[in-house]
Amino acid sequence: MSGAFVKSLALHLGVIALLAVLGFVLPAYHRDVVSRVLLLGVFAMGYNLLFGYTGLLSLGHAMFFSAGLYGAGLAVYHLGWTAPTAFAAGLACGALLALCVGALALRTTGVAFMIVTMMFAQVFYLATLYFGAWTRGDEGIVLQPAQRTIEFAGLHFNPTDPMTRYGAALLLLSVVLLITLAIVRSPHGCVLVAIRENEERTKMLGYNTFTNKLASVVASGVISAAAGAAYALLFGYVGSTFASVQYSILPLLWVLLGGASTTLGPLIGTLLMYYLVDLSSSLLARAFPDWNLSHIGVVGLALILLVLFFPKGILGTIRERWLKWLP
Amino acid sequence: MPFGPHLLLATLEGLVSSAVLALTALGLSLVFGVMRVVNVAHGEFFMIGAIVAWWVASLFGGHPAAGFVAALVISPLFVGAIAFASERLVLRRLNYNPEATIVATIGLLYLLQQAALSFYGPEARPVEAPFNYRILLPWFGYSGYKLFVILAAVVLLFLTWLVLTRTRIGLVMRATQFDRETAQAFGIPVERVYAGVFAMGAMLAAVAAVLIVPISQAHYLMGQDPLLLSFIVVIIGGLGSLRGTLVAALLIGMSDGIVSMFFSPTLAKMLATGAVALVLVFRPQGLFGTAVR
Repeated sequence: MSGAFVKSLALHLGVIALLAVLGFVLPAYHRDVVSRVLLLGVFAMGYNLLFGYTGLLSLGHAMFFSAGLYGAGLAVYHLGWTAPTAFAAGLACGALLALCVGALALRTTGVAFMIVTMMFAQVFYLATLYFGAWTRGDEGIVLQPAQRTIEFAGLHFNPTDPMTRYGAALLLLSVVLLITLAIVRSPHGCVLVAIRENEERTKMLGYNTFTNKLASVVASGVISAAAGAAYALLFGYVGSTFASVQYSILPLLWVLLGGASTTLGPLIGTLLMYYLVDLSSSLLARAFPDWNLSHIGVVGLALILLVLFFPKGILGTIRERWLKWLP
Repeated sequence: MPFGPHLLLATLEGLVSSAVLALTALGLSLVFGVMRVVNVAHGEFFMIGAIVAWWVASLFGGHPAAGFVAALVISPLFVGAIAFASERLVLRRLNYNPEATIVATIGLLYLLQQAALSFYGPEARPVEAPFNYRILLPWFGYSGYKLFVILAAVVLLFLTWLVLTRTRIGLVMRATQFDRETAQAFGIPVERVYAGVFAMGAMLAAVAAVLIVPISQAHYLMGQDPLLLSFIVVIIGGLGSLRGTLVAALLIGMSDGIVSMFFSPTLAKMLATGAVALVLVFRPQGLFGTAVR
């Protein structure tokens, strides 16, 4: 057991070190893409905690991501808060929303849970449009670099500098990755997996499944909100697109591709899918210029193929075949 | 315009949307009732129905009525064929696992949108109504075609009801809905019933789209609103309950028509969606349904 722990800890630290090296090696364009992917990967990790480990398929995670996005973005834009307090505000918004949504939605199970989360997310999306006076709806808000700069102990962090941005995204990813690993290995994580496998039996063993599930929704919501808040502060854009249903589907796709209930799967899935969409759109657009091909076709096809032929994802399959100790 | 006639206009508009909504939601409800899966791509079957209607109408020159009648036949058949194929190729292989089916139909939703974008384009295009007749009321003139839509929807709903309750096909479907295993034990080809029901649900959405497309326009993103509203209707009416679906369609269509005439449509949608989510949380069998066996 402890051998497996040492191996998995080494693997995770190795991945973080590799990403740190990549930050110096990658050309400017790819460094920017990967910083974006790291943040979206954090979002996917938050999603995976609920979907992969607890077995609850939410179709509304865009609301948690955008709760962080708007919580941080609006605090900077309208209240003039500094970046660290705005980040905390984003986390608090995500936690509060997840607590409320979780307490309501967890009264349902299965398909009803999926539809309820989707509808709450739709309400959130419509709210971002309705309160356009503050959020500027579809058009969105652009946060000026000066508003996002952090002064700390004489040091000066400027988020428009690509290196700083990459570093900040990697820092968040590392923290979340290690937290996820800790949660998964904790007794609470084992209860979550037990709920996924058989909720009735877990209840019979004397665990309060509702509280455990609620804790999982809140943790997942806070991690997603952290990704959103960091996105607002690092990339300086806050818009209602991020609250739309598409951003609830994408984390599901990333997690399915990388492997549900694996700690590193969401990051791998996000990275691959982002580059697949990026490369295939430009390739396909060149091959079939009149077909209006956009990413939705690729995403749709990927979803169907994954669920039909590859339901365990990349790391899930690797774990099943070769590396049994993979967390 | 004084309040009374304004309300009458809102009611008429509400009836038109109720009629179309009832047809669309009935398709979703049938699929859920018999197969116990949620078809997220239902709105896209509606959208494809509208686009095929535009395509057929543009092929037929001459009087717009000829194109309309042709569309009323061809469009549901086309959409039914797509639905049948996706049931065979995807849903059956997933063994109708509810969660995997939702993921797969989300994929199907995106694929159908992409197909519409590729073969039809991003524009919104109008279809000419089969006839132009305005009924002159003392306060405003009202399109005769819209009244025809209400009438046609009522007839189609009645026909569907006849099929479900008075024919052998309906009996087989209800038996499968009631108890899949027993039905299979009695020699009912459950898999073929599933494929048929899935195609039939999609065809109902396509018919609704052909009826509505002369009023609104055909566009590749037009499936989103019908999907959401159908969900709302099916949930309020009780998942799988046909009578509940009809009552709920009337309720939602009317209130949607009336509320959006007097208030902001975004606010109306927001409140309706939130209210329905709460219905699903606190009364999962729907307002009119009875508890699921």
